[in-house]
Amino acid sequence: MLKALVIDAGKCTACKQCEMACSLENEGEFNVAKSRIRVFDFHTEARFVPYTCTQCAEAWCQQACPVNAITTDGMGVKVVHDNLCVGCKVCTIACPFGTVNYNASTGKVIKCDLCGGEPACSDACPTGAITYQDVEQGGFDKMKVWATQSANATTTEGPNTPKAGQASGTGH
Amino acid sequence: MKYVILGAGPAGVTAAETLRNVDPTATITMIGGEPEPPYSRMALPYLIYGKVGEDGTYLRQDPKHYDDQRIRYIQGRAGGIDSRAKKLSLSTGEVLDYDKLLIATGANPIMPPIPGSNLEGVETCWTLEDARQILKYADKDSPVVLVGAGFIGSIILEALYLRGCKITVVELAPRMVARMMDETAGGMLGRWCESKGVKVLTNTRVDSLAKGEEGQPRLQVGFSNGESAPADLVVLAVGVRSNTGFLVGSGVKTNTGIVVDNYLQTTAPDIYAAGDCCEGIDISTGKPDMLAIQPVAVEHGRIAALNMAGHKHHHRGSLNMNVLDTMGLISSSFGLWQGAQVGETAKLVDEDNFKYMKLEFEGDKLVGAQCVGMTDHVGMLRGLIQTGFSLGEWKDKLLVSPERLREAYLAVAHAHPTTGPMAPHINTPRVGNHAGASGH
Ligand SMILES: Cc1cc2nc3c(=O)[nH]c(=O)nc-3n(C[C@H](O)[C@H](O)[C@H](O)COP(=O)(O)OP(=O)(O)OC[C@H]3O[C@@H](n4cnc5c(N)ncnc54)[C@H](O)[C@@H]3O)c2cc1C
Ligand code: SF4
Ligand code: SF4
Repeated sequence: MLKALVIDAGKCTACKQCEMACSLENEGEFNVAKSRIRVFDFHTEARFVPYTCTQCAEAWCQQACPVNAITTDGMGVKVVHDNLCVGCKVCTIACPFGTVNYNASTGKVIKCDLCGGEPACSDACPTGAITYQDVEQGGFDKMKVWATQSANATTTEGPNTPKAGQASGTGH
Repeated sequence: MKYVILGAGPAGVTAAETLRNVDPTATITMIGGEPEPPYSRMALPYLIYGKVGEDGTYLRQDPKHYDDQRIRYIQGRAGGIDSRAKKLSLSTGEVLDYDKLLIATGANPIMPPIPGSNLEGVETCWTLEDARQILKYADKDSPVVLVGAGFIGSIILEALYLRGCKITVVELAPRMVARMMDETAGGMLGRWCESKGVKVLTNTRVDSLAKGEEGQPRLQVGFSNGESAPADLVVLAVGVRSNTGFLVGSGVKTNTGIVVDNYLQTTAPDIYAAGDCCEGIDISTGKPDMLAIQPVAVEHGRIAALNMAGHKHHHRGSLNMNVLDTMGLISSSFGLWQGAQVGETAKLVDEDNFKYMKLEFEGDKLVGAQCVGMTDHVGMLRGLIQTGFSLGEWKDKLLVSPERLREAYLAVAHAHPTTGPMAPHINTPRVGNHAGASGH
């Protein structure tokens, strides 16, 4: 069953538990600067948006990598292999969402990989702004969220919806 | 179908894999011009300072990958192309028939006309073999002269620095990375290098290369300012030129690179071109240009392959973008970083802390950007420039506070949920629709 992070920004209070949990889980330290999920703050509107990689079907990051250090796993997740990454940062400029970032202390890049199937951020989120759901079950809710965000509610796909092509592991 | 791909860099390999994906029964032959497994030139700097071994530069790690994909990988140099008879002859004597041919021969470094450039210890940094030579001559504390401080020169600079060499870099232009960033950014990079003990000579030419005196380093390098310096190694990085010499008489038209249309087809029937060897469209100008970067080679490779296989795919153009790590100072540039002809600019400069951000607008669209000392979420700049989203009121906010880029990105991308982050045009054969405009 394919699962995805579903983000309901309306519920986010900017407590940043997700950032803390992510950095602890993945970097072994409480350092929100190294979190793979970030809560963006719209200063003037008191609006907060948790933001991370959508495991997008195009995987611009993966396509740009010169040494094949980013691959697609069986769940459609784009995973960085530290042993192969040379730290060239080309993926960081190639991802049009800006969700793969350079980590200067390791000389490699980091991006969300859904913690191998148990995302720490959604466990840590106290308000249900970030949930990890089966795609089918979450589909309707996701669409609702998506529709309220969109100017034009006709879109049939939400963010984080794994595309047919992802599951095959070809990366496109 | 018989596909032949000349060149085994990122453009060639991506094309071969894409062809296999869309045409399971085709015969695919890929030719590499060097006696190596297909590798990435981009990874050479990391080999030079020991972050990876040679196998870490390979485009694909599994040695059986090409066999598994039923891609026949052979080595040889192109002899000539007979586009009427549809035959490609190789230096090895082999003649290959093709139904469709892709030329993906990349570029070659330009050799500056400096007397003595054939001496031992004068190297370019373009191939795996070049890298092996550099490793041979550049030890810890070796004096090294690097000729050229463009984008690639600066990447090599970092590799030599991390290897422990004592570097003098010589650049004809008034600043470093003159074709990637402006005076402010180039100036910051220069100051940063000096602070790390690298000697930076701008507005300077290397005039002569000579053998060093007995007991001295291997080479003596003369500069246009009258000074000279000893060197164990001289690395030439003054630019590259598309590799097209073997096309004379083939009917494939070349300009500075191979001329291609919006489907990456050349002027000869059934011959396509991709990557550094050709002039694809630059999305910022709408004009053909040789951008010479890895992501463009991959993009070209994929689109050319789709067109070769009969899946018509119009190439709207590629975005010029570069990211550079200069001994810990990271810079990037995107699109029309020099600014639009008629446009507005937002700037944030912090000379003391080596931080710089400049955004270029045309109307209410972002068309170019430069950053120094800023890496988080920089990809958003590509997203905004390539999608051409209207920034609306956010443009005025950014003109005042460019650091609010991330907010602007989210606000603007949320307003375009059905356009798709990069609009459905380039790169991939579509599997269903794509609608993830904002990511959330
Ligand atoms: C040191 C260095 C650092 C770089 N850093 C970056 C970077 O940070 N970011 C970035 O985007 N780009 C970078 N680049 C540029 C990038 O590597 C190129 O844009 C990319 O390799 C182009 O891919 P390509 O497939 O078009 O050509 P190439 O990779 O050049 O491959 C060409 C292939 O054609 C073969 N060939 C050539 N001539 C013939 C012939 N006559 N007959 C048969 N085969 C032939 C070659 O052997 C090779 O297999 C760097 C390059 C270098 C050298
Ligand atoms: S990092 Fe960016 S390009 Fe890569 S999968 Fe995530 S959203 Fe897509
Ligand atoms: S930084 Fe690492 S993962 Fe990203 S493109 Fe370079 S080698 Fe690949």
